[in-house]
Amino acid sequence: MPADTTETPPVFKVADEKSIAQSREKLDAHTAEIVAWHFHSSTGSPFWLEYAEKLNFDPLKEVNCFDDLKKFPAFEDEWLRGGPVTRWIPKGFAGQPAYVFETGGTTGTPKSRVNLRDFRTDYEEFSETLPEEYFPKGANWLMLGPSGPRRLRLSIEHLAQHRGGICFCIDLDPRWVIKLIQKGWMEHLEAYKDHCIDQAITVLESGHDIRCMFTTPKLLEALAIALEKKGTTIREAGITGIFSGGTEFTPQWTRFAVEELLDGAFMTPTYGNTLMGLAASRPVIPEDGYTIAYYSPQPRAVIEVVDFDDTNSVVPYGGTGRVKLTTLTKETFVPGFLERDEGERERPYAHYPWDGISGVRPFSKLATATTVGVY
Amino acid sequence: MHLTAFRFGKPYESLERNKLVHFMTGEPVAEVSQVGGAIVSRDLRKADNARNALLKIDPEEIVERLQTAGNLYALGTVEVGGVKQSPDDFARQQSATTGLPESLCHANMKKNLFVLSNMDRMLDALSRGLSPEILWQGYGTEHRDVVVSYQCQSPVLGLVLPSNSPGVHTLWLPVIALGVGLLLKPGGQEPWTPYRMAAAMIEAGIPEEAIGLYPGATDVGAAILADCGRSMIFGSAKTVEQYRGNPAVQVHGPGFSKILLGDDCVDHWRDYIDVMAESIAANSGRGCINCSAIYASRHTDEIADALAERIGTQDVRPPDDPEATLAAFTIPGAAKAIWQQIESLIDKPGVRHATAAQGSRFVEGERCGWLRPTIVECDSPDPEIAHAEYMFPFCSVVKCPQDKMLDRIGPTLVATAITNDSGFQQQLIHANNIDRLNLGPLPTIKLDWLQPHEGNIIDFLYRSRALQMTATSELVSTAAAAPAQLGR
Repeated sequence: MPADTTETPPVFKVADEKSIAQSREKLDAHTAEIVAWHFHSSTGSPFWLEYAEKLNFDPLKEVNCFDDLKKFPAFEDEWLRGGPVTRWIPKGFAGQPAYVFETGGTTGTPKSRVNLRDFRTDYEEFSETLPEEYFPKGANWLMLGPSGPRRLRLSIEHLAQHRGGICFCIDLDPRWVIKLIQKGWMEHLEAYKDHCIDQAITVLESGHDIRCMFTTPKLLEALAIALEKKGTTIREAGITGIFSGGTEFTPQWTRFAVEELLDGAFMTPTYGNTLMGLAASRPVIPEDGYTIAYYSPQPRAVIEVVDFDDTNSVVPYGGTGRVKLTTLTKETFVPGFLERDEGERERPYAHYPWDGISGVRPFSKLATATTVGVY
Repeated sequence: MHLTAFRFGKPYESLERNKLVHFMTGEPVAEVSQVGGAIVSRDLRKADNARNALLKIDPEEIVERLQTAGNLYALGTVEVGGVKQSPDDFARQQSATTGLPESLCHANMKKNLFVLSNMDRMLDALSRGLSPEILWQGYGTEHRDVVVSYQCQSPVLGLVLPSNSPGVHTLWLPVIALGVGLLLKPGGQEPWTPYRMAAAMIEAGIPEEAIGLYPGATDVGAAILADCGRSMIFGSAKTVEQYRGNPAVQVHGPGFSKILLGDDCVDHWRDYIDVMAESIAANSGRGCINCSAIYASRHTDEIADALAERIGTQDVRPPDDPEATLAAFTIPGAAKAIWQQIESLIDKPGVRHATAAQGSRFVEGERCGWLRPTIVECDSPDPEIAHAEYMFPFCSVVKCPQDKMLDRIGPTLVATAITNDSGFQQQLIHANNIDRLNLGPLPTIKLDWLQPHEGNIIDFLYRSRALQMTATSELVSTAAAAPAQLGR
């Protein structure tokens, strides 16, 4: 889609050219370093070393900047299904304790990503973006989100600990939620949602002095309405800061939450997944039409908004395209994975001097197959 | 034109809007604010206000205001989406986004007007003569001098309305007159009737706190069904199955309405061909009350051929042509997909396509498609197509012995039985798989509004219960006749 040539001046602080150029230089250098690590016989993972043999170029010699990653064929997430998961662990990290995080898995074999320390690093970096006023250091957290083999579950706990607090969790099996929706058992779905909210309210009412929370939009709605029925609010229950995520995060939903659900508590939207980590948002404000624009944690991960047909070309600013993710950490190398989401390309923001994305939603050509539950 | 959400008296402009375009030209027609399910859940916490606002008005006065609203809706100019809208504007806009010919849009307006104009008679019939004061106060004394009490089951009725059949709106029109508020989720392509009707009602003096309009995606429907004490949903056979047995939900799906020709009348089938044709083709075959199958023990080949000749020749005409009878399928690819499915079912043993000689049934437009009336003949009730129903004039003429009909017809919303055989009539009257029964050559689409449709709306919204009181408490109770708060 062509860019909007009548684009109105941004109400946020756009990054200056110098910062943009510096961040690009940093990304290019980081890309070369990460590719060298993953494709060197002494440090690379069995998967990428074996893969390199099939390539018609030598990544060690011919990847010197971010754009050189276009030489790789598109990453297929199907490769992430099944074992042995150790094929993804770089030799340079052999013998270190590893986690395996799963995504999907309602039916069949889930996709998995091995993690050593990445999730901690990602959330420690993200922690720096949280305003102290609403997410005070030392505060306890509630993780009102999925439990089980999820990266998110451990990450939130680590975030709380990193900031000097303790994380309280609930039991929530998102795979069961998806099955309830697929079976059309809507009464059971409501009952399961109530079961999750009951757990959350019990924690909040048990004197643990919880002030921060992670949750999803649907669970936040359900919690706010349940508290309202009890004559109280999220803010009165002690919560001052909420970090949330999901493609249901729309400007309208955010406006509704700010105006009617949060009672003054602060909320920051994020966009993330098991492969990338998480992208923070620039401030979501009424003057910006509650636009939610995400910026990836560059250079560890890069989001590009690419043309639907030519996925090596980014669309113009304001244009609509598919989300293309690149993960560049020493634990994980994912070059150019085409996500199941689409959105609009956003200009670099002063705090994040690289491209962002807004209006993230399920990729329209795949949307009919996407099921969004309470999680 | 921007149709905002309406939160029981408060217009609400959403940041998300659904753009409605003309089904043929793609020109913009309106924008509709889209809200989320949580707004509905939150607003329903104050649903008692809707009923309380109605109960402050005398029930007879409410009926009079509804009659005024009916006239405004059908004949007047009302403000909808910040724009003055005449009946012709309405028909044009409804046609533009639903694909229904304008003449059928006007016909549906007349239906709604009839219901609102005859509200007093309808309520009298549906309540079996109960004074509306009894529903207002919760109890009273019947004309037999017996104390009766009715509990309202929900301060508002939630409705998840369809996009493809403006004829269904008659079902919810009596609700306000029963002292119950309305929470409407308009169909994505057909916001027109709910918005115009709400505007007419409010202009006629129905309290705006009693009406909510919540356009949005499926989560709005889910919130209505989860949080309204009583709700109504229109959907597919799968939707019907999903909510079957849920006392809080009245679900309306495919009707599988039929005409049954008794052995005593079948040899005179030519006398009834007009009734059959009208039952199949009226309102472009979109209603659950349109006939989708005709059962007869003999002459099925002749009946099918006669119907093919009578309605199979109907062709696509522009939506503003007064002679237009066929509605378009506005979702790109829908008409073609349906026709491909029908073709696969026609190509089975025991099935004959009677309209094959009348030219192609599928007509492709640039942005939409049409299906012309289709008649098939089945040599028994066994073929799958004998039990199919589609959103266009489609009918299977099925050969079946009379003594097997009731076992083979399956669920039937409207059955028109053309027979004078008293034994067969008795069997039909007692058959549990038939909802509305027409004895005699009445078109299936001809509804007597003084009779219940798929259950009595009053029985759905109110529960009859025992209430005993001493003389003293009666005085106290009557003195404090203010309505009780109704919890959900």
